[in-house]
Amino acid sequence: MKKLALSDDILLKIEKPARYLGNEVNHVVKDPKGKIRFAMCFPDVYEIGMSHLGIQILYDLLNAREDVYCERVYSPWMDLDAVMREKKIPLFALESQDPIKDFDFLGITIQYEMCYTNILQVLDLGGIPMLASERGENDPIVIGGGPCAYNPEPLADFFDIFYIGEGETVYDQLMDVYKANKAAGGSREDFLEMAATIPGLYVPAFYDVAYNEDGTIASFGPNRACAPAVIDKQVVTDLSSVRYPEKPLVPFIKVTQDRVVLEIQRGCIRGCRFCQAGMVYRPNRERKLDYLKEHADKMLNSTGHDEISLSSLSSSDYSELEELTDYLIQTCENRKVNISLPSLRIDAFSLDVMSKVQDVRKSSLTFAPEAGSQRMRDVINKGLTEEVILKGAADAFAGGWNRVKLYFMLGLPTETEEDIAGIADLANKVAKTFYEIPKGQRPGNGRVDVVSSTSFFVPKPFTPFQWVRQCTDEEFVAKQKFLSAKMKEQINHKSMRYNWHEFELTKLEGIFARGDRRLGKVLVAAYKNGCIFDSWSEFFNYDGWMKAFEECHVDYAFYVHRERPLDELLPWDFINAGVTKEFLKREYKRAHEEVVTPNCRQGCSGCGCRVYEGGVCYEA
Amino acid sequence: MKLRMRFGKEGIVKFIGHLDIMRYFQKAFRRANVDITYSQGYHPHPCLSFASPLGVGLESRGEYLDMEVNSYDDLEAMKEAVNAQMVEGIVVYSIKHLPDNAKNAMSIIAAADYEVGFREDMAPCDTKQLKAAVDSFMARPEIRVIKKTKKSEREIDIRPLIYEMFVMDNGKIFMQVAAGSATNLKPELVMQTLCRLEGLEENDYAWLVTRCDMYADKGNDQTGRQLVSLEEFAE
Repeated sequence: MKKLALSDDILLKIEKPARYLGNEVNHVVKDPKGKIRFAMCFPDVYEIGMSHLGIQILYDLLNAREDVYCERVYSPWMDLDAVMREKKIPLFALESQDPIKDFDFLGITIQYEMCYTNILQVLDLGGIPMLASERGENDPIVIGGGPCAYNPEPLADFFDIFYIGEGETVYDQLMDVYKANKAAGGSREDFLEMAATIPGLYVPAFYDVAYNEDGTIASFGPNRACAPAVIDKQVVTDLSSVRYPEKPLVPFIKVTQDRVVLEIQRGCIRGCRFCQAGMVYRPNRERKLDYLKEHADKMLNSTGHDEISLSSLSSSDYSELEELTDYLIQTCENRKVNISLPSLRIDAFSLDVMSKVQDVRKSSLTFAPEAGSQRMRDVINKGLTEEVILKGAADAFAGGWNRVKLYFMLGLPTETEEDIAGIADLANKVAKTFYEIPKGQRPGNGRVDVVSSTSFFVPKPFTPFQWVRQCTDEEFVAKQKFLSAKMKEQINHKSMRYNWHEFELTKLEGIFARGDRRLGKVLVAAYKNGCIFDSWSEFFNYDGWMKAFEECHVDYAFYVHRERPLDELLPWDFINAGVTKEFLKREYKRAHEEVVTPNCRQGCSGCGCRVYEGGVCYEA
Repeated sequence: MKLRMRFGKEGIVKFIGHLDIMRYFQKAFRRANVDITYSQGYHPHPCLSFASPLGVGLESRGEYLDMEVNSYDDLEAMKEAVNAQMVEGIVVYSIKHLPDNAKNAMSIIAAADYEVGFREDMAPCDTKQLKAAVDSFMARPEIRVIKKTKKSEREIDIRPLIYEMFVMDNGKIFMQVAAGSATNLKPELVMQTLCRLEGLEENDYAWLVTRCDMYADKGNDQTGRQLVSLEEFAE
């Protein structure tokens, strides 16, 4: 019988012991002997980490190799964290229950800024030196990837390698190189030098940064010959010719994404100017219909899940969506499987599909206008007009829905009070659309529920807004209060609710999103002040963070509240993410001119991603 | 058509809670292509019911799950197909057909057998002393305990709910106690009370509890208790 790293008395004391057992349906068992041991980590609690598609893809991909055993590790929840520290239990991987410090690799997916302290927790509990510079021959190679790797600099101290791009591309090569180096008796440094020559891999130790007196970057470049000056993002050209998990893991406990996830495409044709994913995952590439049908069936068979969800940045733009949903409706009807269709634009087609797959009475419809006024939507290139939104709402109400969610951002560049008031106005008009239906014909209880949510805008690297300043706490609070008041002034305010995000977290996100190497010491200080699980409001320790900045004498305003000149050397400029700086500057200018840029299908805007020779750029 | 499945849950799956085991079987039946009947309505759910939830940390060799199916070919083949979908620690022992008018296990369960062993070096005393303690315990005319429920605390006599209790040759305690929705006695409460009344060291963590079987009562006022294993209701 499987031996566990934790004793029964610990497992009986902590919350949800199933987080730490492994043994789930479709987990991979191998004899670790002689294999490259890879611990794949999502630095958050099990239920979040297990919901992440990327880990499932990499787990499948790496375990497809006979000479690699890839296992999983997640952040121990606070209760176990305390026990492990007290009893000095080293962090272990779920499958073998072996300490991760004995592995060859620790791969960490970096999905959001507010997991950075959890990365330190994983290293710390794992008994792996936090600083890459302090790791020795017997420590694992720590490699990071994911969206936050597009500006890896705040984490440069903690990682041996960053992987820029899609996992399917160069992991094989990296494993081969590792094996060859080991066989040749090469050192850790030998391996890193070889890794640095693989396209898309960035070894931060091989680069030096110099700063100007004003704190900006004076120069950034390799300090040895093996390291290229520019790191090129790696992209899969044909998504229908690469592996996709056929037997995804099925957890015992309920996790956030407790269903089959079918990734229908990567990238997005839209080009919203605030959206980092829409920029760095270019070009838009669709998976073939037959590939998706086959995988849907295989995954439903192998998991027994009772729900399947499509994954993409904008499902409505998938060119064969109708054929795909028809197929899913048919196959899922027989199996009593539910279909969930996130990220659909609300129009006649999607309402028709949704009415077939969801209980209209119980579901709410989500619109993401992102901004309240047409002017503001033009600035962010959100090609959605008020007319389209209200038409969608009218159709939805006619179809039986009476709950609507609206998502907006506050603090977008050039935003005025008029733009903010536009949010309340739009929410009111949605409600008004409902009450224009004659009384007896209104769906549900005859009332509509319009919930508006605002998040605060965080400028991200590789977007046309990468140069703009983020609002201060005071500005954010003023905007939110202004909007709250405006909401209450609306005629239909009784049918309207308004939720907003906290600004403290947004500020920290903003600091690290566009930070540089000098923030590494702040992360360590914050972690030492007890900051961990920052994205969990019950653990968020704002004072610990502010103290960390003080202790390290770092003025965070430099990173978050400063408008950067277009010619400034940015910390992530050494990465070629596909979209060129010229394109981003062009889009920055067009944003300020309030000019909309057509989407990739309407016309090429010359973003630079044609070089990948695939996807939407080459559609007939 | 109604089927009753008997299964065991031992080893590390003892840390998986009851609701998660329910979800686990729903998915396992889909993977094994068992033609489960679904309820009508907009949110159809599979017609499955468990005899009695098993607490986290307890093992079992006698769990029961009743299910309704639209069709099946061969129950032995179904058992094999389901077993092929099980994780380490969960084993299906049998799947049997129930008469159409059979009541759900949940509604007829009346008693359960448990074995209580002790973790290494954690037995409160040697086997001889343990035997004496259990004998003295069982000789009591009444055993009053405070039973806490979610809503209230009340004093009850648990002696009539303990049908049998003795120390086996292997040093483990065997007990047969009342189970079901009306009167349910948890083995942990019996052990705590035994230790308290017979002067043994009380340590909840020391016990390793295994449920061995569950029973319905086919007796009546005249015949008295006539316990029949839930497995034997099947045809």
